[in-house]
Amino acid sequence: MRRLLWPVLILALLLLVNVLFTPGFLSVQVRDGHLYGSLIDILRFGAPLILVSLGMTLVIATGGIDLSVGSVVAISGALACLQISQDAGVFTAVVLALGLSVLLGAWNGFLVAGVGIQPIIATLILMVAGRGLAQLITDGQIITVNDPAYKLIGGGYWLTVPFGILIVLVVLAVTAFLTRRLALGLLIEAVGGNAEASRLAGIRARGIIVMVYAFAALCAGVAGLMISSNISSADGNNAGLWIELDAILAVVIGGTSLAGGRFSLGGTVLGALIIQTLTTTIYSIGVPPETTLLFKALVVTVVCLIQSTAFRDKVFHRRRPVALAGPATEEKARVTA
Amino acid sequence: MEAPAPILRMSGIGKQFPGVRALDGVDLRLLPGEVHAVMGENGAGKSTLIKVLTGVHPADAGDIELAGRSVAFGSPLEARQAGISTVYQEVNLCVNLSVAENILIGREPRRLGRIDWKRMRARARELLARLELDLDVSAPLSSYSLAIQQMVAIARALDVDAQVLILDEPTSSLDADEVDRLFGVMKRLKDEGIAILFVTHFLDQVYEISDRMTILRNGRLVGEFLTSELSQVELVAKMIGQELEVLDKLHGEAKVFDRPLVEARELGRAGAIEPFTLTIHEGEVVGLAGLLGSGRTEVARLLFGADHAGTGQVAIGGEPTPLRTPRAAMSHKIAFCSENRKTDGLVPDLTVRENIVLALQATRGWTRPVPREQQDELVGRYVKALRISPADPERLVRDLSGGNQQKVLLARWLILEPRLLILDEPTRGIDVGAKAEIQRLVAELSSGGVAVLFISAELEEVLRLSHKVAVLRDRKLVAELPNDDALSTEVLMETIASGGRDR
Repeated sequence: MRRLLWPVLILALLLLVNVLFTPGFLSVQVRDGHLYGSLIDILRFGAPLILVSLGMTLVIATGGIDLSVGSVVAISGALACLQISQDAGVFTAVVLALGLSVLLGAWNGFLVAGVGIQPIIATLILMVAGRGLAQLITDGQIITVNDPAYKLIGGGYWLTVPFGILIVLVVLAVTAFLTRRLALGLLIEAVGGNAEASRLAGIRARGIIVMVYAFAALCAGVAGLMISSNISSADGNNAGLWIELDAILAVVIGGTSLAGGRFSLGGTVLGALIIQTLTTTIYSIGVPPETTLLFKALVVTVVCLIQSTAFRDKVFHRRRPVALAGPATEEKARVTA
Repeated sequence: MEAPAPILRMSGIGKQFPGVRALDGVDLRLLPGEVHAVMGENGAGKSTLIKVLTGVHPADAGDIELAGRSVAFGSPLEARQAGISTVYQEVNLCVNLSVAENILIGREPRRLGRIDWKRMRARARELLARLELDLDVSAPLSSYSLAIQQMVAIARALDVDAQVLILDEPTSSLDADEVDRLFGVMKRLKDEGIAILFVTHFLDQVYEISDRMTILRNGRLVGEFLTSELSQVELVAKMIGQELEVLDKLHGEAKVFDRPLVEARELGRAGAIEPFTLTIHEGEVVGLAGLLGSGRTEVARLLFGADHAGTGQVAIGGEPTPLRTPRAAMSHKIAFCSENRKTDGLVPDLTVRENIVLALQATRGWTRPVPREQQDELVGRYVKALRISPADPERLVRDLSGGNQQKVLLARWLILEPRLLILDEPTRGIDVGAKAEIQRLVAELSSGGVAVLFISAELEEVLRLSHKVAVLRDRKLVAELPNDDALSTEVLMETIASGGRDR
């Protein structure tokens, strides 16, 4: 896959920088029956972002965008923790939280496909209102829970592997199955690539759009469970804050166009890993805390430019004639000499 | 009649676009105080000529003289400053700004560097008064009808001292009363000595308003004629061009069609097509003839459910059937290859294979994918049958040539095995070989019992393939003619020109 070449190179470069700054960065050991190491941490802490980004990929492929995923993360975690703190079973709590997430996503889809509001505005509504909803659920407090079964989702291990990583693998496999083995991916790409042509080809675009927004919210809901489970508490204000922006970034770095159409799940996973590795790198190379955001912004800008075919063409094509001109002038110089 | 000296003279204009000779040796002259129509079929070079004249495109060859001086405009702005103003088909105004702002935008009267609103409103009223319009110039443009907006665009064009006014299809979105109103304005301007260049597809309007016309065909000049000396039939013949060679009709002996498949009864949609009644039988090829903009595509879209019908109903196999969506039409095995394959047909970023199976997949829903082996088999068969080249199903459709894109679109619908196939200009812009292949395919489908609604601007092609021809003119179905020995391109042209009034 040539399309994934650049994200892979960028990720490799980031890892290399880490190896230079942190000895033993690449080592993975088993301690107390758990996998342990910097690479595992990147996967573990990056799991929620990967999930949210996967959902975002499908939304963006239809030509839309979902700004509300961060709020859904907060709502899902808040509802689950509230249920558990009221002595409901973990299973009930998880089902309720995910059910509400899907409902919220379907609402987004309805606004976009049914009412015809522009996606950025339609999801902005829930992005803002959702934070309020999350605080309503937690009554403005941070709900702390202490339930080993719930803790497993974000902080636990299964067969030495962090449970969050397993969840990501399952969701990734299911998404890949739905889109690539079944025909969902083709129809999504057709709708995003040419909406009118898709309508005339008989595709029920409305249903598909509602479905991808519901799916994006479901992914965000799972990510919300992970985040709240990992810290054993639900924070309506800060859980998943700005994760939608990181997710959009991950999708773009992964090579999916914001204009819709072709999408790449593998690219998105790489994109999310690049962002997570960058965060890790910032800590490991000791960037002063007050400049981390600026540093991150700079790296992201460079990454996006390298990812852009138009930019690469411009830079490299402009250089190529110069490089060709070099030997030629040299030769001429030799002749005259 | 002593003709005054032309205000504008274009001679030997040539323009080459990559792969297309858009204009070749075209002359045009405009006299002051006349309405001059530029006529020609779609692609004849009318817009290119106007774009060359107004400085949008530079001419490759030829000279332009304005009031006796040789000119070459680098931009529409230069042309306007020299006195050539253009009003385009789509009103190029800002509907959210006021009428006065729209008329004088970019040329606002200023005082001490600030806009002098009072003077601006007065000037706008003055210009509108010239068109016998009295509007509230501070109201937003959006509060007025499209016809008034068109007038405002003309007022704007007249603000600079225009000697030549170009109206590019100004009437295509106006109703009859609004057209009358516009013509009133044109007559006044003509009396003031302004030369008006008028482009339209509506023949009646040409005869109502224009004094002379220049006819183009395939980028070449056919000639300049006085409107009063050229009959409508002659005009249509000159626009379409008569091929002397008579082609054999592809279908055999006249068949009797007695099993109606799709019947449209008084089907219509306001502003698109007046209610029409048309019956298409199984195995019948029905041709739709008419000039561009006569409502050919609109008929097709209504029969496919791509647009909602305002009036009337459709019966399929005798059963009244509402066709609200393309899906509904597809469930009754109706297929539609749209004229505009780039915007309404293909998904350019998907591969040939994906584009071909798209409609089939859509009917199955996303949960039941077409198995890959079946996809490859179907796609392989049609890539071969239609000779799609390059014969690589995994190529992106955007990389294919127009003719091959057309075949991909055709293949998409053929694998659905439709009972009615609507083909809107399937042979436009594709080479002769591919054209013959598509024509042969239509004949084959028809003998296999498939009904075909065949839309084409080429009358020979329509005659060659159709069992009967429905003629459209000015968004109205004016005649339905059986394709017997008496029917010829001349008869068709006459019907298009006369609007079937004599019959």
